[in-house]
Amino acid sequence: MSPELVTSLIIAFVALFVVLNTAAIVVFAERRLAGFIQNRPGPNRVGPIGILQPLADVLKLLFNEDITPIYGRKALHTIAPIIPVITAIAAIAVIPFATGVVASDINVGVLYLLAVTSMGVYGVTLGGWASNSKYSLLGGLRSAAQMVSYELPMGIAVASCVLYAASLNMVEIVDSQEFWWNVFRNPIGFVIFIIAAFAEANRAPFDLVEAEQELVGGFHTEYSGMKFGTFFLAEYMHVVIGSMLIVTFFFGGYHLPFAGYWLPEMSETATIILDLIVFSVKTLFFVFLFIWVRWTLPRFKFNDLMNYSWSRLLPLGIINFVVIASAIMIYNNYFS
Amino acid sequence: MELEKKYSKIDEKVHPTFFPEHQKALYKKLEDKHTTIELDQDDPLSTQMILNMGPQHPATHGVLRVVLDLRGEQIIKNKLDIGYLHRGVEKIAENKTYQEFMPYTDRMDYLSPYSNNVALCLAVEKIAEVDVPERATYIRMICCELARVSAHLLWLGTKVMDAGALSFFMWAFREREKIYDIFDEVAGHRFTVSHSRIGGVANDFTDDAVARIKKFINEFPNELNDWEKLLNKNRIFVDRNEGTGVLTTNDAIKYGATGPTLRGSGIAYDIRRFEPYMKYDEMDFEVPSRVEGDNLARYYVRMEEMAESVRIIRQCFEKMPSKGAMRVDNAKQSYPSKDEVYYSMEGMIHDFMMTDTGICPPEGAESYHAIEAPKGELGYFIQSDGTGHPWRLKINTPSFRNLQAMEYTLDGEMVADTVLIIGGFDPVMGEADK
Repeated sequence: MSPELVTSLIIAFVALFVVLNTAAIVVFAERRLAGFIQNRPGPNRVGPIGILQPLADVLKLLFNEDITPIYGRKALHTIAPIIPVITAIAAIAVIPFATGVVASDINVGVLYLLAVTSMGVYGVTLGGWASNSKYSLLGGLRSAAQMVSYELPMGIAVASCVLYAASLNMVEIVDSQEFWWNVFRNPIGFVIFIIAAFAEANRAPFDLVEAEQELVGGFHTEYSGMKFGTFFLAEYMHVVIGSMLIVTFFFGGYHLPFAGYWLPEMSETATIILDLIVFSVKTLFFVFLFIWVRWTLPRFKFNDLMNYSWSRLLPLGIINFVVIASAIMIYNNYFS
Repeated sequence: MELEKKYSKIDEKVHPTFFPEHQKALYKKLEDKHTTIELDQDDPLSTQMILNMGPQHPATHGVLRVVLDLRGEQIIKNKLDIGYLHRGVEKIAENKTYQEFMPYTDRMDYLSPYSNNVALCLAVEKIAEVDVPERATYIRMICCELARVSAHLLWLGTKVMDAGALSFFMWAFREREKIYDIFDEVAGHRFTVSHSRIGGVANDFTDDAVARIKKFINEFPNELNDWEKLLNKNRIFVDRNEGTGVLTTNDAIKYGATGPTLRGSGIAYDIRRFEPYMKYDEMDFEVPSRVEGDNLARYYVRMEEMAESVRIIRQCFEKMPSKGAMRVDNAKQSYPSKDEVYYSMEGMIHDFMMTDTGICPPEGAESYHAIEAPKGELGYFIQSDGTGHPWRLKINTPSFRNLQAMEYTLDGEMVADTVLIIGGFDPVMGEADK
């Protein structure tokens, strides 16, 4: 094995380990924060301040009876929960965590990312369909329609970031923000991206896929035990990945604000440590935002959601893209 | 014929192992139900399906069953099925004395038990011609308005939760908890209070209870303000409610809607204003109403009603005499006070007689008396045969009437709206099914 491959593998496994554990901690954080927002303590019995609660949850799920509806498709019913987890894990591969710390530095990182994350919808839709339940079916259908609608604005928003970097490589996109974060250069794109990221993660106010009230859990109505746990894990992994993507594309990845102007040159190790800290803090902030929004806002209605995507976000995104592209062209041709 | 084939498949699909014959018979009954829903045969893509919502569904407010005929997510037709909480309280009443029946009324509209107690008492007092002492009347009014606030708080919490904002439920319940504590102090029970008595109330307010109620009515308007700030301008919440579940003025009258539902549809009819009972004619309060008839209108009406209730409670405290009897001083009409029961022979005998025989309205007396309960007009029709038991007792419950109107507003809406519309009409199944 070449040394590059070994490094990649090490980074990939460490990242995987960290993201999986973060997902568990985010579950705990969400429940505690929900408690804080709702004036109640939240889980605080298992371990110090309840930190072992996710572990207890997993144990409970492991001992749950695993039920497949009689007329459900058994194979698909089993495969479905795995798909969103795999896509979430696969997305980690191209995210740069610090200077030089990226599992695979490929040229078409952005395309890979868009391709992989959009696969996650299969899990939800198949899960909804294989359950042989009308509520699950409606949830799955909603999920498919929602993903198709929000994939486009997301792609457009990312494309406007690619313009600044003039590259599809994730590392170059991050490095292009060393002086100015994209959120300052491309605020409309940021708004579109964050909305689409919420929709992609199936989180409130776009959680009509599960819609606890009308669809009683939607696609995972008929899931129990660890299959449900896997869906649950996937949701939180998507929250973490979504936050990482927001940070990577719009908040300068591992760069401090305007770092290029004032940050002195440091040794390689110090840089990596600083980068990791900066990246984690930013990611955690957006995870917090995900949780905060979920416990505050009501849910969209299905037709409003589609309307919002196709008649507002997409045109806005296209206009934003064209304006930025023209501005960059004019700047490059006449001012530099 | 094809329809039959499609539906008799259920027999092949279920394999009950436990009492199979009984179970199969049950499924057969289920199939035969709601024959009024017809499947459109011209549906090549088979986008149409029948969705059975409830009776076990987290958002149908109890055991309401809604059978929806869907095309995609749109409701083509719907049918409500009620009766899952039928307990036959009207029949039970015939074998109980009037006072014995009161705890059953608690369990009808279990979100505002005090209003139900008072409705029964007022109806009995009307046919038996009992004059209630003034202070007791004010106590009843204060508690009725607290019950209204409490019922509307539950409506608010669940409605916003149905819209998807889960935290709101907790915030509304925190305030509701304070009302429970007040009732605990006043009546000794938090939930099913049964505090009212025929001819008065069970006991006077304690000082602690008065202090708690005053504290609550001072603090509550601020909370209400906060919530209005949070919801009135919330684009998602307004979008979801505006124009959904529209009940026009004509339909509201035609289908017998009542209470906030009627007032949201443009008719400012409130029994407290038009046929004042107790001391409501002395109170200065508004009857909030809207003309749109949609969910948002009903939301505004209920929010404003809560503020009006607080105003009424404040006025009650101003006008309430500081001392006075709790029950009418007539042993044939009402329970004697505990002092008399414990320390005098006559008192004890009267207590026994009240429990055993109870109040006896004159033979042939009958009347209907309605109050404005949180959900609308709550009326008791009582026919007396001269004994301590009612000969007939019929209850006109607002939730039942509102459900009647609701069935006509669901058609053409989306699935996601069903729960919101149910939340907007705010039925309580304990009351609708009796």
